[in-house]
Amino acid sequence: MDLTWSDTEEAFRAEARAWLEEALAAWRERHGGRILSGDTAEGFAQHLDWERTLAEAGWAVVSWPAEHGGRDATRWQWLVFEEEYYRAGAPARITQNGIFLLAPTVFEFGTPEQQAHVLPRMARGDDLWCQGWSEPDAGSDLASLKSRARRDDERGGWVLDGQKTWTTRGAFCTHLFGLFRTDPDSERHRGLTYLMVPLDLEGITVRGFGRLDGDEGFAEVFLDDAFVPDDAIPGGVVLGGVGAGWSVAMATTSSERGLTLRSPGRFTATADRLVALCREQEARLGPDPRRRDRVVQGWMEAEAYRLQTLQTVTDDAEGRPAGAASSLVKLWWSELDVALHETAMDLLGPDAELEGAWSKGWQFSLSGPIYAGTNEIQRNIAAERVLGLPRK
Amino acid sequence: MRFAFTDDQVALRDAVRDLLAKECPPEVVRAAWPEGPDDRGAEPGAGARSATDRSWVALADMGALGVAVPEAHGGLGLGELDWVLLAEETGYAGLPHPFVETSCVAAPLLAAAGDPGGDLPGLVDGSAVATATALGADLVPWGGDAEVVLSLLLDGEGPWTAHRVDATAAVPVASVDRARRLARLDVGGGTGLGSARDAAVAFDRGALGTAAQLVGLGRRMLDLTVAYVAERQQFGRPVGAQQAVKHHLADAAKDLHFAAPAVYGAAWSLAAGDAHGHRAVSTAKALASDAARRTGRAALQCHGAIGYTVEADLHLYLKRAEALARAWGDAAWHRDRVAWALGL
Repeated sequence: MDLTWSDTEEAFRAEARAWLEEALAAWRERHGGRILSGDTAEGFAQHLDWERTLAEAGWAVVSWPAEHGGRDATRWQWLVFEEEYYRAGAPARITQNGIFLLAPTVFEFGTPEQQAHVLPRMARGDDLWCQGWSEPDAGSDLASLKSRARRDDERGGWVLDGQKTWTTRGAFCTHLFGLFRTDPDSERHRGLTYLMVPLDLEGITVRGFGRLDGDEGFAEVFLDDAFVPDDAIPGGVVLGGVGAGWSVAMATTSSERGLTLRSPGRFTATADRLVALCREQEARLGPDPRRRDRVVQGWMEAEAYRLQTLQTVTDDAEGRPAGAASSLVKLWWSELDVALHETAMDLLGPDAELEGAWSKGWQFSLSGPIYAGTNEIQRNIAAERVLGLPRK
Repeated sequence: MRFAFTDDQVALRDAVRDLLAKECPPEVVRAAWPEGPDDRGAEPGAGARSATDRSWVALADMGALGVAVPEAHGGLGLGELDWVLLAEETGYAGLPHPFVETSCVAAPLLAAAGDPGGDLPGLVDGSAVATATALGADLVPWGGDAEVVLSLLLDGEGPWTAHRVDATAAVPVASVDRARRLARLDVGGGTGLGSARDAAVAFDRGALGTAAQLVGLGRRMLDLTVAYVAERQQFGRPVGAQQAVKHHLADAAKDLHFAAPAVYGAAWSLAAGDAHGHRAVSTAKALASDAARRTGRAALQCHGAIGYTVEADLHLYLKRAEALARAWGDAAWHRDRVAWALGL
């Protein structure tokens, strides 16, 4: 065991740190120092500008192969980059659903033609992807989804009907990836197909609506006899084969790149800010051992998350994939995120009620135990697949 | 960067795991209780004591007791990363002997001090045991049985000091985990041993080894409970199929899943002489203490009434976990130390 970074990794860190500092300052200045949430229409445009800045300098997708827009960074370098990214206070990635959820699937299941088209355009922010999985009656019970795709051989494509919802940033994106029922007689997870769909097709209506945090970042997507031609994506709109949608969608949920959304850098940076906030408040108001205890608890849990990730990345690299234990990981980071922000709110006292970074972060943290499979679903998965408890 | 143990470290762990599975099943832990509630095969009294001694001698025979003793003193000359997994296994087994105190704390400290009393050969070959207590706790585990008793004290903001104390006046006391064989004794005086730095390292080793034992105890309680709820039927199906039961155990598994890397990371910090060693050890001990205690509660709840009997094995590990959660500084003490390290 060796928990020190190599010279190569430290050099990578220094390069990333220097670039981030300069580029972030320039980006903020371009927008008059007034950075809005990326989950509003106006803010999305600002953040797209940031995404393109990242892409032009080769920092958008560091762990991808250079041919697709990345810089062939190792997993360790990726972790270092993420630490620096969040330490610098850089914004959440508006392209994350494409980069962190669709891309790993394209890497695993896409044809070379699909990869060559989808990945570089995604990296550059030319195509902006949202996830079309949830439906009004299919949230955690994803296998019950009803949206249909009907084959039309004559026209060479698929006809889509149905409705997707809670689609993060759907109103601002150009493309949707989602699961559709292609065999109308099939039940549950059989007969589903993973499709990549441009959102500007006739018959597709996208309606944005507000989230709990006040941003417009959600959308519902109505599909009404919408025809998507096979060549809407070079190489085809079907990813991984007709009828294979369920296994394609599930295959990458606990993959190496699936770590990305919840990289430890995000939580260790928040924990460090919480420690700083505690220090400031104690300097102003005097010591508060009870609150300090909670700050330390949050810091320790973020540290444990960092160490656990180092273990997971090592294990994965050495052929010991984490598998269902990723459900335990989801429980940990989502509860940690809420705890860190609740503690910050308490430290702020009455000021916590004001709109600000901490209150914004608190509202967003509340979504963690709900999205990506509710924590109750994750507990069931962990109990059955990690501990081996009986299903029925 | 590599967060994994070497093949040799895992092989040594596996050997100790196999040995303890054979030599230290629950009957042996029960037999270590003075009154030995022994309808499960162990004899109370002297016979029972020898049954527990066998597990200690077996550990000595394979060299595990001298794991942290330099080869010049007859040990294996290994470090924290090598013995942290062994400590975890002794926790899993509920070993009724002071492995952490003897092998991880006292033996390397005596070796660093040049073995002034000539105790090391006995500690390595298993003919003697050592125990240690920290932070002024005068209830000492195995305090009446040990040939060497060490007390590690923190004087205000430091420095640490280590003393060898006279245990001849130790008074055995009844304790919740009878296998800990607590004795009350005066830990304030005695002969100084080693440097302040040696004493500080010894304390960190004790806290680290105890944290590792807590992870092992947590895993044992989880394993016992998973096996039980898969078998026990209520409402026409295994209770383990009930979502409420699943959620208790998933939460326990989650806490252990994150406490373990904190413990291993702390072992690396000590072995590497990392500047954040104290902070890493305290993080590990606080998280492991809480994880083991919460796992114990979940395990008992999921066992139901059978878990609240001395006939089920659970109580052997539950009581040990509660004792160790507070030994070598409880979670709050360690969070304080982390706060200090963070400049709060």
